This record gives sequence, C-alpha cells and structure tokens, in this order.
Amino acid sequence: MKYEPVIGLEVHVELNTKSKMFCRCFADYFSKEPNTHTCPICLGLPGALPYTNKEAITKCIQIGLALNCKIVDLSRFERKNYFYPDLPKGYQISQYRWPLCVEGWLEVEDKEGNVSKIRINRVHQEEDTGKLTHSDGQTLIDFNRSGVPLVEIVTEPDFTDPSQVKDYAKKLQQIFRYLSVSNADMEKGDMRLEANVSVRPVGQKELPNYRVELKNINSFRFMTAAIEYEIKRQIEALEKGEKLTQETRGWNEDKRETYLQRSKEEAHDYRYFPEPDLPELKMKSEEERVKEEMVELPQAKMQRFVSEYGISKQNAQVLVELKEVGYYFEKAVKLGEAQQIKPQELANYIVNQKITLASQDQVLRAVEFIAAKRVGIIEDEAVIKKIVLEVIKKNPKSVEDYKRGKLNALQALIGGVMRKTQGKVNVEKVMVVLEKKLKSGDTP
Amino acid sequence: MKLNPQQVQKVAKLANIPVSEEEVEKYSDQLSKILDYIDQLNSVDTAGVEPTFNITGLSNVLRDDEVGESLSQEEALKNTSQKKEGFFVTKGVFEEG
Ligand SMILES: [Zn+2]
Repeated sequence: MKYEPVIGLEVHVELNTKSKMFCRCFADYFSKEPNTHTCPICLGLPGALPYTNKEAITKCIQIGLALNCKIVDLSRFERKNYFYPDLPKGYQISQYRWPLCVEGWLEVEDKEGNVSKIRINRVHQEEDTGKLTHSDGQTLIDFNRSGVPLVEIVTEPDFTDPSQVKDYAKKLQQIFRYLSVSNADMEKGDMRLEANVSVRPVGQKELPNYRVELKNINSFRFMTAAIEYEIKRQIEALEKGEKLTQETRGWNEDKRETYLQRSKEEAHDYRYFPEPDLPELKMKSEEERVKEEMVELPQAKMQRFVSEYGISKQNAQVLVELKEVGYYFEKAVKLGEAQQIKPQELANYIVNQKITLASQDQVLRAVEFIAAKRVGIIEDEAVIKKIVLEVIKKNPKSVEDYKRGKLNALQALIGGVMRKTQGKVNVEKVMVVLEKKLKSGDTP
Repeated sequence: MKLNPQQVQKVAKLANIPVSEEEVEKYSDQLSKILDYIDQLNSVDTAGVEPTFNITGLSNVLRDDEVGESLSQEEALKNTSQKKEGFFVTKGVFEEG
C-alpha cells in the first residue's frame, strides 16, 4: 500500500511590543536579571486584573491580514486551565472558540517548485509563560517572560511534504520581519514550531485517527528532519501492522531520530471558558485602519519589482527576501536613474554580491560606487588624449618596450591611465587613443 | 447526579490537589450534592437567552503600549518560601514535552 503524509503546523510567535500583553511590565526579557519585570498581574497575584495591550492586538490582526484571514466581528479571550510552574495563574489567557482572525491561506512551494495553498485555520492572541531552568533536581522560575504577547497561527492539515513545511515556516518568518511584529528568531524562542504528523493510504479522504505532535524543535532544518523521520517511522509501523496512537515526540539531533515525550494517557484537559475579566473585542471596524498601516508584503513586492523594473523573477525573489535589501534596491534604482543605470544592472549587482542584512549599508555603498563610477567616467576624447600623453611622457621605458614589440607594455600604459583616473575612464577609448599615439610615433 | 470515584480523582488531578482514598469517598458524596444544587438552574427556561460572558457590556477596552513600573526582584520574591539567585524555586519538573 502507498501512504501519504498529512501534516498540520502550529506556529507561536512572540510579539515585540514594548509592554506585556495584559500589564505594563517591560516585555523584553532577553538576558535580563530574573524576576525584575513582574507585577501582580503577570505574577498571577490574587485580585490583579488584566488590561489588554492595543498594539499587540493590532499586530495580531496584521499577521491575520498578511495570511489572508478574515477578521471576526466578535472575539473573546478565554482561560486555558492547567497547572505547571511556569504559569502562575493556573491558566493562560488565550483564545479558543473566538479567535481574532480565521480562514486564511498562504501559498507554499515544495522542493520541486510546485505551488499549493495551505489553509490557515486561525490566528489568535495569547500570552507567554514564565521561563524554567532545571538544575540539581530543582526547577528555577523566571517570570520576566510571563505575559509577553504571543500569537498562535494554526493551519489545516494541508501539508503533504516536509519541504512545504520548511517553505511555510520561512515565509511566516519573512512576513513577521516585514511587518516588524517580531524578530522571529528561532534560537531565541521568538518563533516556535509544532507539527502534527500522520500518514494515510493514498486515496483515503478521511484524516487518520491519530496524530503525532512534534514539539520543542528550534530550527527549520531540525523540524524538516524530524518530519521526514516521523513519516518513515509511521509508514514502517503501519506496514508491520502496528497501531499508531496520539503522542508527543521530540527530536534527538545526535541520534537523528524522534523520541517519545508524552503519550495519550497524559493528554491535557484544558477546560476553556470565557475570561470574565476582559471585555469582548470587536475589531472588524479596525481592519481598514490596520490595513492602511501595513507595509507591502514580500510576495506583492516581488511581483511589483518584476513588472515595474523589468527584472527577472529570480532576482526579485532574492531582493525581497530581506525587507532592507528590497528597500535599498529601490533607493538604488532612484539614485541610478539620473546616471542611466538600469534596474537590472543594480539587481544583478546586489544578487551577485550576495548582499544581506549584515551588510545592508554595503548596498548603498555599492550603488553609490556604480553611480559614481558612471557619473565620473571620462568619455571626452580630447581629455583622454591629454591624459594618455601625460602617461606616455612619464613612462618612456614602457614606450620603448612597446616599440620593441613587448605586448604587455601596452597593458602597463593602460594601467597608468587607469590609475591616474581612478578607473573612471572609458577603457576602449583609451586603448584606441593610446595605440594611435604609439603607432604614429607621436611620442615625446 | 452522582460523581464516581474516578471522576473525583480526575477533578483532583486537574486541580493539582492530592486526595486520599477516604477523601475520594467523602468528596464524591459532597461534590455530587453540590452538582445537584447547581442543577436547579436547569429548571429555568433559557431558550432564546444569549449567554452572558461579561457583565460590563463593554468592548474594545484597550490600553496604549507603554511601559510602567514593575516590582523589584526583592518585592516579587517576597512571599515565596524558596528562592535562589533571583529565581523562584520549585521541586524539579522535567522540561515539558
Ligand atoms: Zn506585569
């Protein structure tokens, strides 16, 4: 029997707001002294009341819109109840039945370049938990991260290949960075992936009756490897007649295999109910405002670059990969216009030089370099003649060599002209003038 | 409605409260009585009544993204029984799977 994978993805992204989701504590917890950004609200002390951060809601809606979601008429916060030391209230404020954004989609490409549409079930707002460190049989808790705004994006189980998952995750990261809603750094935990993986016989319409959750995997590469491994493991198990069950697995990079973390017996029962301390959200009316404030997204920018500047799709794709590079490319195009530098020329230059975020000011310098080179280029033959004569005068030995038939003597003289003009001269014209002068014997 | 011992144990586990055999027996009885009491609400006809989730009638109560004051580390840790190097300490739990 032939099997096909059924994969769904849950992505958590931490928003880069200044303050936390429901209190005014500083939200940036990275390498800060433990428990220095807390208050009764994010410590879950009795009687404390949450107060929603507007900027976080706006950013959540931006993500929803970027993923072609509908903004719902009525949205509510809900309590997700469970006990764990990183959760001081005994519940996480999240969304379950009334998420802010629903029914979106994103186009992804697999490794062969086939494009397919992945349906987005929901984009909802929640809060992060505290950070646990385990040492000497004890667990240490830092609540600086407790209550930092978190957005969760859940797809339908529409992926059929790990390469699509990778493309999806990369596109999401790109969108987060374009929107400036998060740094989306996987290693720092700004962005976290969870995949639900199962397999079914090809042709079967219904979803499999189990799914394996892959969790705590903090790189695109490991996630892809874990999914690939899981598909193989599950198909082999089914072929041996084994029954697969609901479970959570992690990835062991040393052994390059997934391992069991939690089985079905311990499955959670979250008892969601509406958060009575927070009024409902009616954000549909904000949709237009949020849309207007949104930047142009990579896909749209790529298409515009192709149609507006006539550059290749491949180049455009590289240029929009990082928001900054696309920005500098357009700046460069404007700058280059006066000097008749074609956008294609600039695009080639930027792409070939592999200019990235790390060297973004390099982009501007590059353009200025091309532009300056162009602007200062000496084309005037009278001027070239004058410079050539000067160089000939100063290099009698090379002239002698040339007359004796040494070909590289000509190169030396051209080099002299180039040095004198700092390269800003039409070399072909220099050669013509130089050879004419030398042949005519019109030398000092 | 009668809660059986398994249900009591499940509720206790969800509430993170350890219960003994005798307590399971006792609570199964007490909790069942509470459920019966609450069950009286079901005698009210609520057809056509929208559920109330929030009694303020407000919506979109939002604040600007501004940072305010936090507690000091000392204040934050003041009421905990165990602390270490600025952290709250609890008995070891495995990193959640
Ligand atoms: Zn706080």
